[in-house]
Amino acid sequence: MRPRMRICLSAALAGAGLILSGCANPSVGSDRDDPTQPVTLKFWHGWSNTAEVKAIDDSIARFEKLHPNITVKTVDNVSDATVNQALRAGGDDAPDVVSSFTTNNVGQYCSSGMWVNLDPFMKKTGLVKEKVFPKTFREYTSYQGNQCALPLLADSYGLYYNKDAFREAGIERPPRTMSEFKRDAAKLTKRKPDGSLERAGFVPNFRLYQNSPDRLFAQWGPKYFDSEGKARLSKDPRSKQFFATQRELIAAQGGYAALEKFRTTFGDEMSSQSSFMTQKAAMHLDGEWRGLMLEEGKAKFDWGTAPLPVPDDQADTYGRGFLTGTVAGIAHSSKHQNAAWELVKFLTTDTDQVVRFANAIHNVPSTFAALKSPKLDADPAFRTFIDIARNPHSTALPPSVNGGQYVVSLQDFSYDVEAGKVPDLDRGLRELDAQIDTDNLQSVN
Amino acid sequence: MSLVESPERPAATAAPLRKAPALRRKHTRQRLRTLGFLSPWLVGFSVFFGYPLIATVYFSFMHYNQIQQPSFVGLRNWKYVFTQMPLFGPALWNTLWLVVVMVALRVIFGLGIGLLVTKVKSGVGLFRTAFYLPYLAPPVAATVAFVFLLNPGTGPVNGLLEAVGIPAPGWFNDAAWAKPSLVLLSLWGIGDLMVIFMAALLDVPKEQYEAAELDGAGAWAKFRYVTWPSITPIVMFAVVTGVVQTMQYYTQALVAGKLASGVNIGPGSVIQPGYPEHSTLTVPQLVYSLGFQNFNTGAACVLSLVLFVIAMAVTTLLMRKRAGLLPAED
Repeated sequence: MRPRMRICLSAALAGAGLILSGCANPSVGSDRDDPTQPVTLKFWHGWSNTAEVKAIDDSIARFEKLHPNITVKTVDNVSDATVNQALRAGGDDAPDVVSSFTTNNVGQYCSSGMWVNLDPFMKKTGLVKEKVFPKTFREYTSYQGNQCALPLLADSYGLYYNKDAFREAGIERPPRTMSEFKRDAAKLTKRKPDGSLERAGFVPNFRLYQNSPDRLFAQWGPKYFDSEGKARLSKDPRSKQFFATQRELIAAQGGYAALEKFRTTFGDEMSSQSSFMTQKAAMHLDGEWRGLMLEEGKAKFDWGTAPLPVPDDQADTYGRGFLTGTVAGIAHSSKHQNAAWELVKFLTTDTDQVVRFANAIHNVPSTFAALKSPKLDADPAFRTFIDIARNPHSTALPPSVNGGQYVVSLQDFSYDVEAGKVPDLDRGLRELDAQIDTDNLQSVN
Repeated sequence: MSLVESPERPAATAAPLRKAPALRRKHTRQRLRTLGFLSPWLVGFSVFFGYPLIATVYFSFMHYNQIQQPSFVGLRNWKYVFTQMPLFGPALWNTLWLVVVMVALRVIFGLGIGLLVTKVKSGVGLFRTAFYLPYLAPPVAATVAFVFLLNPGTGPVNGLLEAVGIPAPGWFNDAAWAKPSLVLLSLWGIGDLMVIFMAALLDVPKEQYEAAELDGAGAWAKFRYVTWPSITPIVMFAVVTGVVQTMQYYTQALVAGKLASGVNIGPGSVIQPGYPEHSTLTVPQLVYSLGFQNFNTGAACVLSLVLFVIAMAVTTLLMRKRAGLLPAED
């Protein structure tokens, strides 16, 4: 190559690099705004159901009454993917306040700086988070000390059971241990004359609705990472116990293939054709919102709620469950971060607001004060989930630098295990740990 | 010698010296004119191909989460994709499987239907419409319909098969049948290829068929020696565009996998493509997952480049083959 050409090519490449790195700079917001000045905030959330949207709109109306200088424009039914793209692209139409239905991505939001750290805002306005939010909720809204989100109501997971089916099978109360769970699931299972399933006691398959492995695994109280952040599923005997129980539950009801085929006959999770609603499953893992849906759908059977059973050797932890929830934060690109903080603070910490919103959409409140509020819905079916949320053994997923990638890896592995495709569970778990560590390392700069 | 030559030298060199600026200006004008005519293409090429390609190569060596400044990580992304990402193998295999099987079957099927509708004597319009209509269905709607029809538990297709005593497959819910089900879906929407082939077939000179008939050629001989040489360029076009399109196969596989899995996708959930058992996971899906769900831009760029190189290699190979297949005068 001629020297002149080499110089030209190097210059072109260097120029391209500079241009490209310049293009890779999303807009940056500001916290220099005066929250008492007139401003319009954009709030993106994921609720889409008419009643839920009304509940959030009512909440905004209450906020605007308290802060007449702040107008809030809401956009509903926004997915995390849309929020992610908008915040990375920046621009005038990007939201100021954002919410997400999953806690899985909080680690990514915090570590990348996409959602701003709320600690300085809390300090500025004298809010002590330790006094407001329970520990588990604080943990799933922060990553490595960066509290980039706050809990905006929570979800707890428990057991819905068909009382009519229980009476028919001669079962007096919902199961409390995994042994009882397996026995009852088998007892409640009904078959057609051709041997195919008419009703399953419990469909444990990981792909059914909310049955993702992390939710069921919560009953064992797992610890996903060690103190250095390395995956430790293979080192924890509870992992093997969990998968063994899953396979026993499947075997007790006719095997994986039969249950998978049965699963394809179920309607959509949120429709009246869901498996529990149509009585194709006598027991069902779900969140607290299902109760409202069963009432609105006028279920043709008597139903009740209870915590999910726990392993036999951890019987004292009965009452625990998986916790997650909606989270809210401020976009890094927002130019009105102080005003945005006023909205986040109102939605997440104002006791009256939190209780009214929780009652309206049947979600679990996420502050100490709201959880104790006498104004909270007294429906016993709903109270089960409040108790699960309060239970000290209940757990949430730990945040991770790359969002829920490790949960996805666990899910993939679990699908193979339940299908009987992992002959050596120990080796499989070691490989799973290695994969999680590799993926985490890849996401770190 | 010098006495003779010296008076002439200024005259001999003066002419080119006078002409040179004019010639240069002429050449510059010609170049500018050429560039002017080329500029729409150049702009388009630079903005939509050149820049993205350079950016993809650049980011493949960077750690970049689309928020913070990119930082140079050498070959780390390349190593991650090729040696540490277990989904890369299945995704590449699925993509190549679809390229080979789907493209081949689409061309054969499209040509077959094209031949059929050009031979039909009555009700031509009805047949053409019937075969073309499915192509107009939006890909997502068509996929939803297929997943419903082929549902192993409630779908009418399996109901029918079971009624006549044929063991019904799991279709989109069975790893062995998921890709063939996608091929079936693409064959249902073959209308685009059918129209192209039909046009090519109707363009074959009738005299050649008559001449072949006079020579005693049967149906196969007429196809082999008259039809095929005439439509070879169109077949190559169908194959090359089919390969490029299938390399980018995304929507149908994603929708089918998501629907068949039955997993509810709420606003906070992430769609995990590939159900069942990663059998419908394609490289473009993996690129999207890495780039826009995990914000692992570097690895996504590596995968994009791998796909680009394979597409280029296959297309080049096909174009070379094309030269050998075409008649001498083409």
